[in-house]
Amino acid sequence: MSAPRTIRGRVAVAGIGETAYYKHGQAPESEVALALRAVLAACADAGIDPRQVDGFASYSNDRNDPSRLAAALGLPELRFSNMQWGGGGGGGSAAAGNAAAAIAAGYAECVVVFRALAQGQFQRFGAAPPAATVSGEAALTFPYGLISPAQRFAMRVMRFMHDHGIRPQAQRAIALASYHHAQSNPRAVMHGRPLTPEAYDASRWIVEPFRLFDCCMENDGAAALVLVSAERARDLPQRPAYLLGAAQGSEYRSGARGHNAPTYASASFTTVAPHLYAMAGVAAKDVDVVQSYENFTGGVLMSLVEHEFFAPDEANEFLTVENLTAPDGRLPLNTSGGNLAECYMHGLELQIEAVRQLRGESTSQVPGARVAMVISGPMVTPVSSMILGTEAAL
Amino acid sequence: MSASGGAVSSPTAYLPAGLPRPVPEPDGLDTPYWEGTRAGELRVQRCRDCGAWQWGPEWICHRCLGFDLAWAAVEPRGRIYSWERAWHPVHPALKDHGPYIVVLVELPHAGGVRVVGNLLGDPLQPVEIGAAVAAVFEPHEDPKAAFTLVQWRKTG
Ligand SMILES: [Zn+2]
Repeated sequence: MSAPRTIRGRVAVAGIGETAYYKHGQAPESEVALALRAVLAACADAGIDPRQVDGFASYSNDRNDPSRLAAALGLPELRFSNMQWGGGGGGGSAAAGNAAAAIAAGYAECVVVFRALAQGQFQRFGAAPPAATVSGEAALTFPYGLISPAQRFAMRVMRFMHDHGIRPQAQRAIALASYHHAQSNPRAVMHGRPLTPEAYDASRWIVEPFRLFDCCMENDGAAALVLVSAERARDLPQRPAYLLGAAQGSEYRSGARGHNAPTYASASFTTVAPHLYAMAGVAAKDVDVVQSYENFTGGVLMSLVEHEFFAPDEANEFLTVENLTAPDGRLPLNTSGGNLAECYMHGLELQIEAVRQLRGESTSQVPGARVAMVISGPMVTPVSSMILGTEAAL
Repeated sequence: MSASGGAVSSPTAYLPAGLPRPVPEPDGLDTPYWEGTRAGELRVQRCRDCGAWQWGPEWICHRCLGFDLAWAAVEPRGRIYSWERAWHPVHPALKDHGPYIVVLVELPHAGGVRVVGNLLGDPLQPVEIGAAVAAVFEPHEDPKAAFTLVQWRKTG
Protein backbone atom coordinates (compact mmCIF):
# COMPACT_ATOMS: atom_id res chain seq x y z
CA MET A 1 0.00 0.00 0.00
CA SER A 2 1.35 3.41 -0.90
CA ALA A 3 1.85 6.08 1.74
CA PRO A 4 -0.75 8.85 1.88
CA ARG A 5 0.22 11.75 -0.35
CA THR A 6 0.42 14.57 2.12
CA ILE A 7 2.89 16.96 3.68
CA ARG A 8 1.06 16.79 7.00
CA GLY A 9 3.58 16.74 9.83
CA ARG A 10 6.55 16.13 7.54
CA VAL A 11 7.93 19.66 7.30
CA ALA A 12 8.20 22.53 9.75
CA VAL A 13 9.02 26.21 9.82
CA ALA A 14 12.22 26.34 11.87
CA GLY A 15 13.10 30.00 11.44
CA ILE A 16 11.51 33.33 10.65
CA GLY A 17 13.17 36.58 9.67
CA GLU A 18 12.29 40.02 8.47
CA THR A 19 13.83 43.40 7.92
CA ALA A 20 12.44 46.52 9.49
CA TYR A 21 9.27 47.55 7.65
CA TYR A 22 9.21 50.90 5.87
CA LYS A 23 6.66 53.12 4.23
CA HIS A 24 6.70 52.49 0.51
CA GLY A 25 9.66 54.06 -1.23
CA GLN A 26 11.55 54.61 2.03
CA ALA A 27 13.70 51.49 2.20
CA PRO A 28 17.26 52.66 2.86
CA GLU A 29 18.84 49.99 0.70
CA SER A 30 18.34 47.89 -2.38
CA GLU A 31 15.54 45.36 -2.65
CA VAL A 32 18.01 42.49 -3.08
CA ALA A 33 19.90 43.61 0.02
CA LEU A 34 16.63 43.53 1.94
CA ALA A 35 16.00 39.99 0.67
CA LEU A 36 19.45 38.87 1.77
CA ARG A 37 19.02 40.40 5.22
CA ALA A 38 15.70 38.61 5.70
CA VAL A 39 17.25 35.30 4.67
CA LEU A 40 20.11 35.78 7.13
CA ALA A 41 17.70 36.78 9.89
CA ALA A 42 15.58 33.68 9.32
CA CYS A 43 18.67 31.43 9.36
CA ALA A 44 19.89 33.05 12.57
CA ASP A 45 16.47 32.51 14.12
CA ALA A 46 16.57 28.87 13.04
CA GLY A 47 20.06 28.43 14.44
CA ILE A 48 21.52 27.25 11.13
CA ASP A 49 24.46 28.39 9.02
CA PRO A 50 23.02 30.17 5.95
CA ARG A 51 25.21 27.91 3.81
CA GLN A 52 22.93 25.02 4.71
CA VAL A 53 20.16 26.58 2.62
CA ASP A 54 19.77 24.65 -0.62
CA GLY A 55 16.51 25.97 -2.04
CA PHE A 56 14.31 29.04 -2.46
CA ALA A 57 10.62 29.53 -3.15
CA SER A 58 8.78 32.76 -3.80
CA TYR A 59 5.74 34.17 -5.59
CA SER A 60 4.29 37.13 -7.43
CA ASN A 61 7.25 37.44 -9.76
CA ASP A 62 9.70 38.35 -7.02
CA ARG A 63 12.62 40.07 -8.72
CA ASN A 64 15.34 38.47 -6.58
CA ASP A 65 16.02 35.18 -8.27
CA PRO A 66 17.39 32.18 -6.41
CA SER A 67 20.53 31.87 -8.50
CA ARG A 68 21.59 35.38 -7.59
CA LEU A 69 20.78 34.83 -3.92
CA ALA A 70 22.66 31.52 -3.89
CA ALA A 71 25.71 33.12 -5.51
CA ALA A 72 25.55 36.13 -3.20
CA LEU A 73 25.34 33.87 -0.15
CA GLY A 74 28.04 31.49 -1.39
CA LEU A 75 25.76 28.46 -1.12
CA PRO A 76 27.61 25.20 -1.85
CA GLU A 77 24.76 24.08 -4.09
CA LEU A 78 21.26 25.09 -5.17
CA ARG A 79 18.84 22.17 -5.35
CA PHE A 80 15.42 23.79 -5.59
CA SER A 81 14.26 27.08 -7.08
CA ASN A 82 10.58 27.73 -7.38
CA MET A 83 8.32 30.59 -8.43
CA GLN A 84 4.61 30.28 -7.90
CA TRP A 85 2.63 31.56 -10.89
CA GLY A 86 0.21 34.42 -10.42
CA GLY A 87 0.28 37.99 -9.25
CA GLY A 88 -0.89 39.62 -6.09
CA GLY A 89 -0.33 37.87 -2.81
CA GLY A 90 -2.19 34.73 -3.82
CA GLY A 91 0.99 32.67 -3.86
CA GLY A 92 2.21 33.25 -0.32
CA SER A 93 0.96 29.99 1.15
CA ALA A 94 1.59 28.17 -2.12
CA ALA A 95 5.27 29.12 -1.96
CA ALA A 96 5.48 27.57 1.50
CA GLY A 97 3.55 24.55 0.27
CA ASN A 98 5.88 24.17 -2.71
CA ALA A 99 8.92 24.39 -0.44
CA ALA A 100 7.44 21.80 1.88
CA ALA A 101 6.67 19.49 -1.03
CA ALA A 102 10.27 19.75 -2.21
CA ILE A 103 11.55 18.78 1.23
CA ALA A 104 9.04 15.93 1.61
CA ALA A 105 9.95 14.65 -1.86
CA GLY A 106 13.68 14.78 -1.19
CA TYR A 107 14.53 17.49 -3.70
CA ALA A 108 16.09 19.70 -1.04
CA GLU A 109 16.85 19.78 2.67
CA CYS A 110 16.47 23.41 3.70
CA VAL A 111 14.30 25.75 1.65
CA VAL A 112 13.82 29.45 2.28
CA VAL A 113 10.48 31.01 1.39
CA PHE A 114 10.93 34.74 0.90
CA ARG A 115 9.44 37.93 -0.50
CA ALA A 116 11.15 41.30 -0.87
CA LEU A 117 9.63 44.60 -1.95
CA ALA A 118 11.18 48.01 -2.43
CA GLN A 119 8.54 49.61 -4.57
CA GLY A 120 10.21 53.01 -4.58
CA GLN A 121 12.80 51.38 -6.82
CA PHE A 122 10.14 49.94 -9.15
CA GLN A 123 6.51 50.45 -10.21
CA ARG A 124 3.85 50.72 -7.48
CA PHE A 125 0.97 48.26 -7.42
CA GLY A 126 -1.77 50.81 -6.84
CA ALA A 127 -0.86 53.18 -9.67
CA ALA A 128 -1.61 52.72 -13.35
CA PRO A 129 1.33 51.57 -15.43
CA PRO A 130 2.44 54.42 -17.67
CA ALA A 131 1.41 52.94 -21.01
CA ALA A 132 -0.27 54.76 -23.88
CA THR A 133 -1.95 51.61 -25.18
CA VAL A 134 -3.35 48.42 -23.65
CA SER A 135 -4.33 45.11 -25.17
CA GLY A 136 -5.78 41.79 -24.09
CA GLU A 137 -7.78 41.80 -20.88
CA ALA A 138 -6.57 45.29 -19.96
CA ALA A 139 -8.12 46.63 -23.19
CA LEU A 140 -11.51 45.47 -21.91
CA THR A 141 -11.19 47.34 -18.61
CA PHE A 142 -8.57 50.14 -18.54
CA PRO A 143 -10.37 52.46 -21.01
CA TYR A 144 -13.34 52.39 -18.61
CA GLY A 145 -11.21 53.47 -15.66
CA LEU A 146 -11.11 49.93 -14.22
CA ILE A 147 -7.38 49.78 -13.63
CA SER A 148 -6.07 49.33 -10.08
CA PRO A 149 -6.34 46.24 -7.87
CA ALA A 150 -8.98 47.95 -5.71
CA GLN A 151 -11.03 48.65 -8.83
CA ARG A 152 -10.55 45.12 -10.13
CA PHE A 153 -11.92 43.54 -6.96
CA ALA A 154 -14.60 46.00 -5.81
CA MET A 155 -17.31 44.56 -8.05
CA ARG A 156 -16.75 41.04 -6.70
CA VAL A 157 -17.28 42.29 -3.16
CA MET A 158 -20.19 44.52 -4.18
CA ARG A 159 -22.00 41.52 -5.63
CA PHE A 160 -21.26 39.33 -2.59
CA MET A 161 -22.51 41.98 -0.16
CA HIS A 162 -25.62 42.47 -2.28
CA ASP A 163 -26.37 38.74 -2.48
CA HIS A 164 -26.09 38.26 1.29
CA GLY A 165 -27.23 41.57 2.72
CA ILE A 166 -23.85 42.30 4.29
CA ARG A 167 -23.52 45.68 5.94
CA PRO A 168 -20.46 48.00 5.71
CA GLN A 169 -19.83 47.39 9.42
CA ALA A 170 -18.66 43.88 8.59
CA GLN A 171 -15.79 45.24 6.51
CA ARG A 172 -15.15 47.87 9.15
CA ALA A 173 -14.69 45.26 11.89
CA ILE A 174 -11.92 43.61 9.87
CA ALA A 175 -10.06 46.91 9.51
CA LEU A 176 -10.53 47.78 13.19
CA ALA A 177 -9.23 44.37 14.29
CA SER A 178 -6.02 44.79 12.29
CA TYR A 179 -5.43 48.29 13.65
CA HIS A 180 -6.23 47.14 17.18
CA HIS A 181 -3.59 44.41 17.00
CA ALA A 182 -1.03 46.77 15.45
CA GLN A 183 -1.16 48.92 18.58
CA SER A 184 0.50 46.09 20.55
CA ASN A 185 3.09 45.42 17.85
CA PRO A 186 6.09 47.75 17.85
CA ARG A 187 7.15 46.47 14.41
CA ALA A 188 3.88 47.64 12.86
CA VAL A 189 3.97 50.63 10.56
CA MET A 190 0.66 51.76 12.13
CA HIS A 191 1.84 51.19 15.73
CA GLY A 192 0.79 54.25 17.72
CA ARG A 193 -1.85 55.19 15.16
CA PRO A 194 -5.10 53.63 16.39
CA LEU A 195 -8.22 53.60 14.22
CA THR A 196 -11.65 54.42 15.60
CA PRO A 197 -15.01 53.47 14.07
CA GLU A 198 -15.67 57.17 13.57
CA ALA A 199 -12.42 57.69 11.69
CA TYR A 200 -13.19 54.67 9.52
CA ASP A 201 -16.68 55.95 8.70
CA ALA A 202 -15.31 59.41 7.89
CA SER A 203 -12.55 58.12 5.64
CA ARG A 204 -12.76 58.77 1.92
CA TRP A 205 -13.96 56.29 -0.63
CA ILE A 206 -11.28 54.70 -2.76
CA VAL A 207 -13.81 52.79 -4.81
CA GLU A 208 -17.18 51.80 -3.38
CA PRO A 209 -17.55 49.54 -1.41
CA PHE A 210 -13.96 50.16 -0.21
CA ARG A 211 -12.99 53.11 1.97
CA LEU A 212 -9.40 54.13 2.57
CA PHE A 213 -9.07 51.85 5.60
CA ASP A 214 -10.38 48.84 3.70
CA CYS A 215 -7.29 48.94 1.51
CA CYS A 216 -3.83 47.59 2.28
CA MET A 217 -0.79 49.75 2.61
CA GLU A 218 2.13 49.55 0.22
CA ASN A 219 5.42 49.03 2.02
CA ASP A 220 9.07 48.19 1.60
CA GLY A 221 10.88 45.38 3.35
CA ALA A 222 11.61 41.67 3.16
CA ALA A 223 10.54 38.53 5.02
CA ALA A 224 11.72 34.93 4.99
CA LEU A 225 10.90 31.53 6.47
CA VAL A 226 13.28 28.58 6.84
CA LEU A 227 11.64 25.20 6.17
CA VAL A 228 13.25 21.87 7.02
CA SER A 229 12.03 18.34 7.66
CA ALA A 230 10.10 17.76 10.86
CA GLU A 231 12.88 15.51 12.21
CA ARG A 232 15.51 18.16 11.66
CA ALA A 233 13.30 20.91 13.09
CA ARG A 234 13.07 19.02 16.38
CA ASP A 235 16.86 19.32 16.75
CA LEU A 236 16.89 23.08 16.19
CA PRO A 237 16.42 25.68 18.90
CA GLN A 238 12.97 27.04 18.02
CA ARG A 239 9.68 25.34 18.73
CA PRO A 240 8.73 23.92 15.31
CA ALA A 241 5.62 25.10 13.51
CA TYR A 242 4.58 22.04 11.51
CA LEU A 243 2.76 22.29 8.22
CA LEU A 244 -0.49 20.42 8.56
CA GLY A 245 -1.62 21.27 5.07
CA ALA A 246 -1.33 23.64 2.14
CA ALA A 247 -3.49 24.07 -0.94
CA GLN A 248 -3.51 26.30 -3.96
CA GLY A 249 -5.62 26.87 -7.06
CA SER A 250 -8.93 28.40 -8.01
CA GLU A 251 -12.44 27.58 -9.18
CA TYR A 252 -13.77 26.47 -12.56
CA ARG A 253 -12.71 29.08 -15.14
CA SER A 254 -11.65 31.53 -12.45
CA GLY A 255 -9.28 33.03 -14.99
CA ALA A 256 -11.96 33.74 -17.61
CA ARG A 257 -11.08 37.21 -18.81
CA GLY A 258 -13.08 40.39 -18.58
CA HIS A 259 -14.68 39.53 -15.23
CA ASN A 260 -16.28 36.33 -16.56
CA ALA A 261 -15.35 33.93 -13.76
CA PRO A 262 -18.53 31.88 -13.24
CA THR A 263 -18.07 32.02 -9.46
CA TYR A 264 -17.58 35.78 -9.53
CA ALA A 265 -18.59 36.87 -6.02
CA SER A 266 -15.82 34.84 -4.45
CA ALA A 267 -12.35 35.08 -2.97
CA SER A 268 -11.47 32.07 -5.21
CA PHE A 269 -11.16 29.57 -2.33
CA THR A 270 -14.34 27.53 -2.76
CA THR A 271 -12.44 24.60 -4.25
CA VAL A 272 -9.13 25.24 -2.44
CA ALA A 273 -10.34 25.30 1.16
CA PRO A 274 -11.82 21.76 1.15
CA HIS A 275 -8.47 20.38 -0.04
CA LEU A 276 -6.70 22.31 2.69
CA TYR A 277 -8.90 20.94 5.46
CA ALA A 278 -8.76 17.42 4.07
CA MET A 279 -4.97 17.41 4.11
CA ALA A 280 -4.64 19.11 7.48
CA GLY A 281 -7.15 16.79 9.13
CA VAL A 282 -8.77 19.64 11.00
CA ALA A 283 -12.02 21.59 10.66
CA ALA A 284 -12.70 25.30 10.94
CA LYS A 285 -13.69 24.88 14.59
CA ASP A 286 -10.18 23.57 15.37
CA VAL A 287 -8.45 26.72 14.09
CA ASP A 288 -7.30 28.92 16.98
CA VAL A 289 -6.12 31.97 15.05
CA VAL A 290 -6.28 33.16 11.43
CA GLN A 291 -4.02 35.43 9.41
CA SER A 292 -6.01 36.38 6.31
CA TYR A 293 -4.43 38.51 3.59
CA GLU A 294 -6.07 41.89 3.38
CA ASN A 295 -5.67 43.37 -0.04
CA PHE A 296 -9.14 44.66 0.75
CA THR A 297 -11.34 43.87 3.73
CA GLY A 298 -14.09 42.45 1.53
CA GLY A 299 -11.63 39.84 0.31
CA VAL A 300 -10.99 38.78 3.91
CA LEU A 301 -14.73 38.54 4.47
CA MET A 302 -15.22 36.17 1.53
CA SER A 303 -12.06 34.20 2.45
CA LEU A 304 -13.39 33.51 5.93
CA VAL A 305 -16.72 32.39 4.52
CA GLU A 306 -15.04 30.07 2.02
CA HIS A 307 -12.91 28.58 4.81
CA GLU A 308 -16.21 27.85 6.61
CA PHE A 309 -15.76 30.02 9.68
CA PHE A 310 -19.30 31.32 9.20
CA ALA A 311 -21.99 31.26 6.55
CA PRO A 312 -22.43 34.30 4.30
CA ASP A 313 -25.70 35.18 5.97
CA GLU A 314 -23.98 35.14 9.38
CA ALA A 315 -21.33 37.70 8.38
CA ASN A 316 -23.03 40.67 9.99
CA GLU A 317 -23.23 38.96 13.38
CA PHE A 318 -19.86 37.22 13.24
CA LEU A 319 -17.71 40.09 12.04
CA THR A 320 -17.40 42.25 15.13
CA VAL A 321 -14.25 43.68 16.68
CA GLU A 322 -14.91 41.64 19.81
CA ASN A 323 -15.03 38.37 17.87
CA LEU A 324 -11.93 39.16 15.81
CA THR A 325 -9.47 40.30 18.48
CA ALA A 326 -7.04 38.45 20.72
CA PRO A 327 -6.91 37.07 23.28
CA ASP A 328 -10.57 36.10 23.76
CA GLY A 329 -12.34 36.61 20.44
CA ARG A 330 -14.10 33.71 18.74
CA LEU A 331 -11.69 33.98 15.81
CA PRO A 332 -8.69 36.26 16.43
CA LEU A 333 -7.74 37.68 13.05
CA ASN A 334 -4.55 39.29 11.75
CA THR A 335 -2.97 39.49 15.17
CA SER A 336 0.14 41.38 14.03
CA GLY A 337 -1.88 44.05 12.24
CA GLY A 338 -1.58 42.31 8.89
CA ASN A 339 -1.33 44.03 5.55
CA LEU A 340 -3.52 46.87 6.76
CA ALA A 341 -1.56 47.96 9.78
CA GLU A 342 1.64 45.94 10.35
CA CYS A 343 3.20 45.90 6.92
CA TYR A 344 2.28 45.03 3.38
CA MET A 345 5.04 42.46 3.01
CA HIS A 346 2.88 40.92 0.34
CA GLY A 347 1.39 38.70 2.99
CA LEU A 348 4.51 36.84 4.05
CA GLU A 349 4.38 38.71 7.36
CA LEU A 350 1.20 36.69 7.94
CA GLN A 351 3.09 33.39 7.81
CA ILE A 352 5.59 34.82 10.28
CA GLU A 353 2.81 35.88 12.62
CA ALA A 354 1.22 32.43 12.45
CA VAL A 355 4.56 30.93 13.54
CA ARG A 356 4.84 33.45 16.37
CA GLN A 357 1.38 32.46 17.59
CA LEU A 358 2.39 28.79 17.68
CA ARG A 359 5.59 29.67 19.54
CA GLY A 360 3.58 31.73 22.02
CA GLU A 361 5.47 34.88 21.03
CA SER A 362 2.88 37.11 19.39
CA THR A 363 2.34 40.64 20.65
CA SER A 364 -1.38 39.74 20.61
CA GLN A 365 -1.07 36.15 21.74
CA VAL A 366 -3.99 33.74 21.62
CA PRO A 367 -3.48 31.66 24.77
CA GLY A 368 -2.50 28.08 23.99
CA ALA A 369 -2.78 28.46 20.21
CA ARG A 370 -2.16 25.06 18.57
CA VAL A 371 -3.56 25.49 15.06
CA ALA A 372 -3.00 28.60 12.96
CA MET A 373 -4.26 29.30 9.44
CA VAL A 374 -2.84 31.62 6.81
CA ILE A 375 -4.98 32.68 3.84
CA SER A 376 -3.11 34.30 0.97
CA GLY A 377 -4.22 36.88 -1.57
CA PRO A 378 -8.00 36.56 -2.03
CA MET A 379 -9.75 37.20 -5.37
CA VAL A 380 -6.75 36.55 -7.61
CA THR A 381 -6.04 33.24 -9.29
CA PRO A 382 -4.43 31.03 -8.19
CA VAL A 383 -4.90 31.65 -4.48
CA SER A 384 -3.52 29.56 -1.63
CA SER A 385 -3.87 28.86 2.07
CA MET A 386 -2.07 26.81 4.69
CA ILE A 387 -2.49 25.45 8.19
CA LEU A 388 0.31 25.23 10.73
CA GLY A 389 0.26 23.43 14.03
CA THR A 390 2.30 22.81 17.15
CA GLU A 391 3.65 19.40 18.15
CA ALA A 392 0.43 18.91 20.11
CA ALA A 393 -1.62 19.36 16.93
CA LEU A 394 0.10 16.50 15.10
CA MET B 1 -30.67 38.88 -34.84
CA SER B 2 -30.98 42.61 -34.34
CA ALA B 3 -27.36 43.54 -33.89
CA SER B 4 -27.40 47.24 -33.17
CA GLY B 5 -30.93 48.01 -32.01
CA GLY B 6 -31.04 50.83 -29.51
CA ALA B 7 -27.43 51.81 -30.01
CA VAL B 8 -26.52 55.41 -30.64
CA SER B 9 -23.18 57.10 -30.97
CA SER B 10 -22.01 59.30 -28.16
CA PRO B 11 -20.80 62.76 -29.14
CA THR B 12 -18.69 63.05 -26.02
CA ALA B 13 -16.74 60.50 -24.02
CA TYR B 14 -17.76 59.55 -20.47
CA LEU B 15 -14.21 59.68 -19.12
CA PRO B 16 -11.52 62.28 -19.86
CA ALA B 17 -9.08 61.80 -22.70
CA GLY B 18 -5.70 60.33 -21.87
CA LEU B 19 -6.57 56.90 -20.53
CA PRO B 20 -4.74 54.02 -22.25
CA ARG B 21 -6.00 53.39 -25.78
CA PRO B 22 -7.19 49.82 -26.47
CA VAL B 23 -5.44 48.02 -29.32
CA PRO B 24 -6.12 44.49 -30.61
CA GLU B 25 -3.87 41.73 -29.35
CA PRO B 26 -0.79 41.06 -31.45
CA ASP B 27 -2.02 37.54 -32.25
CA GLY B 28 -5.32 38.89 -33.60
CA LEU B 29 -7.53 37.06 -31.12
CA ASP B 30 -9.82 40.00 -30.34
CA THR B 31 -9.59 41.93 -33.63
CA PRO B 32 -13.19 41.02 -34.62
CA TYR B 33 -14.44 42.47 -31.32
CA TRP B 34 -12.77 45.84 -31.89
CA GLU B 35 -13.83 45.92 -35.55
CA GLY B 36 -17.37 45.20 -34.35
CA THR B 37 -17.52 48.12 -31.97
CA ARG B 38 -16.45 50.44 -34.82
CA ALA B 39 -19.42 49.09 -36.81
CA GLY B 40 -21.82 49.60 -33.90
CA GLU B 41 -21.97 45.92 -33.06
CA LEU B 42 -21.31 44.16 -29.78
CA ARG B 43 -19.68 40.87 -30.75
CA VAL B 44 -18.80 37.95 -28.49
CA GLN B 45 -17.64 34.46 -29.32
CA ARG B 46 -19.97 31.57 -30.06
CA CYS B 47 -18.88 28.03 -30.79
CA ARG B 48 -19.95 26.75 -34.20
CA ASP B 49 -19.78 23.17 -32.95
CA CYS B 50 -21.66 23.22 -29.64
CA GLY B 51 -23.26 26.66 -29.49
CA ALA B 52 -21.53 27.75 -26.29
CA TRP B 53 -21.17 31.48 -25.71
CA GLN B 54 -17.76 32.67 -24.63
CA TRP B 55 -16.29 35.93 -23.33
CA GLY B 56 -13.49 37.11 -22.94
CA PRO B 57 -12.11 35.75 -26.11
CA GLU B 58 -10.08 32.57 -26.34
CA TRP B 59 -8.82 30.41 -29.18
CA ILE B 60 -10.71 27.32 -28.02
CA CYS B 61 -14.25 26.62 -26.88
CA HIS B 62 -14.17 25.92 -23.14
CA ARG B 63 -17.12 23.51 -23.43
CA CYS B 64 -16.38 21.21 -26.39
CA LEU B 65 -12.70 22.10 -26.97
CA GLY B 66 -13.30 22.88 -30.62
CA PHE B 67 -11.37 25.66 -32.31
CA ASP B 68 -14.16 26.80 -34.62
CA LEU B 69 -15.39 29.91 -32.86
CA ALA B 70 -17.64 32.42 -34.59
CA TRP B 71 -18.14 36.07 -33.67
CA ALA B 72 -21.81 36.70 -32.99
CA ALA B 73 -23.26 40.21 -32.94
CA VAL B 74 -25.58 40.24 -29.93
CA GLU B 75 -28.38 42.59 -29.07
CA PRO B 76 -26.60 45.19 -26.95
CA ARG B 77 -28.88 45.00 -23.96
CA GLY B 78 -28.33 43.44 -20.58
CA ARG B 79 -28.67 43.83 -16.85
CA ILE B 80 -26.27 45.08 -14.22
CA TYR B 81 -24.50 42.13 -12.60
CA SER B 82 -22.30 44.29 -10.36
CA TRP B 83 -20.96 47.82 -10.18
CA GLU B 84 -18.55 50.15 -8.43
CA ARG B 85 -18.14 53.87 -8.01
CA ALA B 86 -14.47 54.84 -8.31
CA TRP B 87 -13.35 57.94 -6.43
CA HIS B 88 -9.58 57.74 -6.08
CA PRO B 89 -7.85 58.72 -9.34
CA VAL B 90 -5.34 56.01 -10.22
CA HIS B 91 -4.36 57.52 -13.56
CA PRO B 92 -3.16 61.07 -14.32
CA ALA B 93 -6.03 61.49 -16.80
CA LEU B 94 -8.53 61.03 -13.96
CA LYS B 95 -6.98 63.58 -11.60
CA ASP B 96 -9.60 66.14 -10.50
CA HIS B 97 -12.27 64.35 -12.55
CA GLY B 98 -14.39 63.12 -9.64
CA PRO B 99 -16.23 59.85 -9.24
CA TYR B 100 -17.39 57.64 -12.07
CA ILE B 101 -19.33 54.39 -12.30
CA VAL B 102 -18.10 51.09 -13.71
CA VAL B 103 -20.70 48.39 -14.40
CA LEU B 104 -20.40 44.72 -15.14
CA VAL B 105 -23.26 43.93 -17.52
CA GLU B 106 -24.62 40.42 -17.97
CA LEU B 107 -26.07 39.49 -21.35
CA PRO B 108 -28.80 36.91 -20.57
CA HIS B 109 -29.50 36.26 -24.27
CA ALA B 110 -25.82 35.43 -24.89
CA GLY B 111 -25.29 32.71 -22.34
CA GLY B 112 -24.91 35.16 -19.49
CA VAL B 113 -21.48 36.41 -20.58
CA ARG B 114 -20.46 39.69 -18.95
CA VAL B 115 -18.95 42.86 -20.33
CA VAL B 116 -17.37 45.83 -18.54
CA GLY B 117 -18.34 49.42 -19.24
CA ASN B 118 -19.34 52.69 -17.64
CA LEU B 119 -22.88 53.61 -16.61
CA LEU B 120 -23.72 56.91 -18.32
CA GLY B 121 -25.47 59.70 -16.47
CA ASP B 122 -25.03 61.19 -13.02
CA PRO B 123 -21.94 59.63 -11.44
CA LEU B 124 -23.67 59.87 -8.04
CA GLN B 125 -26.86 58.11 -9.16
CA PRO B 126 -28.02 55.07 -7.21
CA VAL B 127 -27.18 51.82 -9.00
CA GLU B 128 -29.19 48.64 -8.67
CA ILE B 129 -27.90 45.18 -9.39
CA GLY B 130 -30.29 43.61 -11.88
CA ALA B 131 -31.28 46.91 -13.54
CA ALA B 132 -31.86 46.79 -17.32
CA VAL B 133 -29.32 48.63 -19.46
CA ALA B 134 -28.68 49.21 -23.17
CA ALA B 135 -25.42 49.89 -24.93
CA VAL B 136 -24.28 53.26 -26.18
CA PHE B 137 -21.37 53.08 -28.61
CA GLU B 138 -18.77 55.71 -27.82
CA PRO B 139 -16.42 56.43 -30.74
CA HIS B 140 -12.98 57.87 -30.13
CA GLU B 141 -11.59 59.34 -33.32
CA ASP B 142 -8.03 59.08 -32.06
CA PRO B 143 -5.72 60.18 -34.91
CA LYS B 144 -3.27 57.37 -34.08
CA ALA B 145 -5.97 54.70 -34.26
CA ALA B 146 -9.69 55.20 -33.88
CA PHE B 147 -11.55 52.91 -31.50
CA THR B 148 -15.03 52.61 -30.03
CA LEU B 149 -15.97 51.78 -26.46
CA VAL B 150 -19.26 50.21 -25.40
CA GLN B 151 -21.01 52.17 -22.65
CA TRP B 152 -24.34 51.57 -20.94
CA ARG B 153 -27.44 53.51 -19.97
CA LYS B 154 -30.38 52.50 -17.82
CA THR B 155 -33.56 51.62 -19.67
CA GLY B 156 -35.87 50.64 -16.82
ZN1 LIG C 1 -17.97 24.30 -28.32
